Amino acid sequence: MNDARSDLITLVLGIFAVLIFASLVGYVLHRRLSPDGSNSAVENLNARIKAWWIMVIFIGVAFLAGRAGVIILFAFCSFAALREFITLTNTKRADHWALASAFFVVLPIQYYLLWAEEYGIYSIFVPVYAFLLMPIISVLRGDTERFLIRIAEVQWALMICVFCASHVPALLTLNIPGYEERNVLLIAFLVIVVQLSDVLQYVWGKLFGRTKIAPKLSPSKTVEGFAGGVASATLIGASLWWITPFTPLQAGLLSLVITLMGFFGGLVMSAIKRDRGVKDWGNLIEGHGGLIDRLDSVVFSAPIFFHLVRYWWSLT
Amino acid sequence: MEGLIAKPVAIAIVLFARAITAVRAIWANDGLPPRRCVYFANHSSHGDFILIWTVLPPRLRGQARPVAGADYWLRSPLTTFIGREVFNAVLIERDRERRTQDPVEQMAAAIDAGSSLILFPEGTRNQTDEPLLPFKSGLFHLAAARPGIDLVPVWINNLNRVMPKGEIVPIPLICTVTFGSPIRLEPGETKDGFLARARAALISLSPRHSGGSE
Repeated sequence: MNDARSDLITLVLGIFAVLIFASLVGYVLHRRLSPDGSNSAVENLNARIKAWWIMVIFIGVAFLAGRAGVIILFAFCSFAALREFITLTNTKRADHWALASAFFVVLPIQYYLLWAEEYGIYSIFVPVYAFLLMPIISVLRGDTERFLIRIAEVQWALMICVFCASHVPALLTLNIPGYEERNVLLIAFLVIVVQLSDVLQYVWGKLFGRTKIAPKLSPSKTVEGFAGGVASATLIGASLWWITPFTPLQAGLLSLVITLMGFFGGLVMSAIKRDRGVKDWGNLIEGHGGLIDRLDSVVFSAPIFFHLVRYWWSLT
Repeated sequence: MEGLIAKPVAIAIVLFARAITAVRAIWANDGLPPRRCVYFANHSSHGDFILIWTVLPPRLRGQARPVAGADYWLRSPLTTFIGREVFNAVLIERDRERRTQDPVEQMAAAIDAGSSLILFPEGTRNQTDEPLLPFKSGLFHLAAARPGIDLVPVWINNLNRVMPKGEIVPIPLICTVTFGSPIRLEPGETKDGFLARARAALISLSPRHSGGSE
């Protein structure tokens, strides 16, 4: 058993401990406040915790399966997220082939390029090639009604759901001296910090939340939740330095960037939902809504985290 | 032999429909239909009854037979196999002049034999901007022939965007299938009155009508 694997197992055991604790808290709250299942906040909390177990097990299995497992997992996430995103857009029949190529050409190619570690092309494939290809395909049908809106929606969907999301598994392609074979832990670091920040913002907000931070966008987000969540997730990120190539201070600073990007990502995606008149992106994950509801903060932080690490730590 | 192939084909079709549309059923407040009934739904895509079929629990799926045009399904050996063996469709002849069997009698016979029916009262796929075409009279005549049967409105949302008419590649989009509360033919109700009521019951399930997003 190598170092990376034993660190990974330590990490998974730690996460299991956190989840067991959360499940116990959820069980006690259920017995005390909602024995008949009538308190919707408690029931939603327990549905979320249950879904967390399933998500952690999925990610854990993908990690243990190695590079192929991680790439397949995120390719599936991109597919499900793109499906949720396009469902809420204004696309018309004339966009049929543009949409078909987004799903069945652009998405597989992006993940294939990742697999092949072709940084020079996968880092520009969606923002350059797909960006130009989508309007070209749509314009061939000759339908000009709301053309810019339709095209922008498809381009946004691809950027968010395919390009940005693919930067999580892209962390595997970085070549960091002294950190060989351990890149999967960078993904674990990113995902843990982002998701903990979301959870802690929720917890701090529930406990101490008074001042709404963006009442028009997301009524549940508060200044207290934001400050407490970001600060505590940053501290936890710093304390996870041992799984990264960073010093504790660097790990803390990167965590701060990750959590801030994640917070604003949540706000942006929430604004899109408001505009489309829906509460959740979908129904894929019980208690959480759609996949994008869970992934929104990850997709905003992943490309920034990837490029910061690549710029300062990687040889490639 | 054909029966042996039909079952796996049916399972494959259901899995494919789920993979593309992540389809979700929204049941009426009274829950699943307790006994055999007639599901009547909006029709905008070839996949319409596949989607209803997919969300029905296996127990109800086994007894639900789509009502479909014989002219369409009997045009080649493959479609005949899928229509007859896989979907067990009640194939009716739409052409009034040339038909040899009365569609209402065919449907009533299927109900008498213990089946539920999936019916598209618009008669053809809706390609217009209207939410729903006017209903053909078959639903009324069936309700009059079998007055004791529940008629369950079913709104299929988004499938027309997944696979519009004339396209061959489906776009993965999330679809929902909304089941309404059953209606029945009231004593003395006229044909036009009943069809208008049934159509209104179906439209009321559409998200555009209830204010949700499409």
